[in-house]
Amino acid sequence: MNKYITAYYLDEEDLLKGIGQMKAKGLKILDVLTPFPVHGIDKALNMRRSRLTRVAFVAGAIGAVLGFGFQAWIFTVDYPLNIGGKPFFAVPSFMPVAFELTVLFSAFAMVIAFFVSNKLGPGAKALIHDERATDDRFLVVVEVDDSLADENIKEIELALAEAGAEGITLKA
Amino acid sequence: MVMENQKFVLTKKLSSLIYGMIGIGILSLAVSFFIGTGGERIAANLLLNTYYFLALGLIGLFLVTVHTIAESGWHTSIQRIGEAMSSFIPVAGVLMLLLFVFGGLHLLYEWTHEDHLDEILLKKVAYLNAPFFYVRFAAYFAAWILLAHFIRKYSLQLDETGDLKYYRKFRIFSAIFVVTLAITSVTSSWDWLMSIDAHWFSTLYGWYVFSSMLASGTAVLIILLIVLRRMGYMAHVNSEHIHDLGKYLFGFSIFWAYLWFSQYMLIWYANIPEETVYFYERHKHFSTIFYVNLILNFVVPFFALMTRDSKRGSLILLPVSVIVFIGHWLDLYQLIMPGVVGGEESGIGIPEIGITIGFVGLFLFFVFRSLARAPMVPKNHPFYKESFEYHTQY
Repeated sequence: MNKYITAYYLDEEDLLKGIGQMKAKGLKILDVLTPFPVHGIDKALNMRRSRLTRVAFVAGAIGAVLGFGFQAWIFTVDYPLNIGGKPFFAVPSFMPVAFELTVLFSAFAMVIAFFVSNKLGPGAKALIHDERATDDRFLVVVEVDDSLADENIKEIELALAEAGAEGITLKA
Repeated sequence: MVMENQKFVLTKKLSSLIYGMIGIGILSLAVSFFIGTGGERIAANLLLNTYYFLALGLIGLFLVTVHTIAESGWHTSIQRIGEAMSSFIPVAGVLMLLLFVFGGLHLLYEWTHEDHLDEILLKKVAYLNAPFFYVRFAAYFAAWILLAHFIRKYSLQLDETGDLKYYRKFRIFSAIFVVTLAITSVTSSWDWLMSIDAHWFSTLYGWYVFSSMLASGTAVLIILLIVLRRMGYMAHVNSEHIHDLGKYLFGFSIFWAYLWFSQYMLIWYANIPEETVYFYERHKHFSTIFYVNLILNFVVPFFALMTRDSKRGSLILLPVSVIVFIGHWLDLYQLIMPGVVGGEESGIGIPEIGITIGFVGLFLFFVFRSLARAPMVPKNHPFYKESFEYHTQY
């Protein structure tokens, strides 16, 4: 995709209404950028549910197994220490560390996975569609096929205007 | 569609089921006496169930009050269920008083054997003595019953008149109840449960018991809500509300496990004889329940309620709630039985199961009676509209 059209709304209610009209006309909405979370927008855009939770679960499970296994290996095989007459394989004392590593692994994995999937993180180039989206406007990004002729693009722009959007701009 | 003046109607089938359950309870109490079950075991069972269902009532009211002072709109739609649960508090108080007065106190608590107190118990006489015990008992129930009465009264008056001055009073009494319960839930669990093992103590005990009751109270609220929905009531409650209750059950189960582990690990690690004796007894004679307790109350809700979908429908949430309800009954069982009855004579048989069924029937009787008295939806509540236009993403 090389070309896209951006347009903005001033109010989230108008935005939701506009999205409905755009969908009815068959426009492809790529993204919506809002200054705060808008209720019902996930449903309006048919967004897929976040897969971050699965990352969290898998990474947490790895952290738990590693944290538990590492201690178990140290205290039974590598360097058994008699601590207060407790057995070497002392499950309750392994629990806090295993718990902390579960939290640590899943927290880090979620942050990293979020950065990777959104192409964010240190050194990432910020993509600003429209300066006003960084302030108080509700920005809609609509896909434009490269093969479309100019009059078809005009049609899309007209449809956006009909849906109540302002500041309609074609970007390449 | 919200049916504004819908009231609960107790059908004949349901009421005969409830009377049947109460009948089973009374019958098995009689049978237990007849087959020569020890007095300790019967008294322990009655304490277990009166405390358990009292706590369900208190948690029902706690959930109402805590959401009221937090101004959480979604809860208004299910507020009546919590209020209905709280109607069991006075009943549990009467039953518990009867139990203590008619011999239960002597059977349950070692510190009442005034002629045989050892050195440690003599030092605790200032707190653990029968007159002061009854004074505290009266204070707890006076506070709970009065506050529950006023909260319910203002809630109904608000519903009838729509006058916001009742809402303010409702909120003030809610705040008083939350603070009162914070203190009394801890001290009452010392009085009625921890003093069974009078030599032993744990500073975490009160919150441990409270977290256990919080999880089972939420489970019972979920069960009641789902059952009422299947009977055709509470149609205004959608999967968003159920999702939030599921999150509560998930969270409180983890909270319970956290406190369980905090108490266990410190005692295990320090390894001081007067503390470890408590878990020694539970390991030795109640080892199955010791582990089953953890599986039912932590492992099952933790893994079963982890995904979003499982919390949004009744398919998984209802069975898990039932499991948690049974699990926390077992948790209370292992708090009471080892100290009162001991490993050899205790077990789970007719006295335990039958009497519990009877209490379930009695609890349902008062819950449904209270539900039938007021419209299911508090339509003049300031958060009435907000509570239905509710939706949560995660």
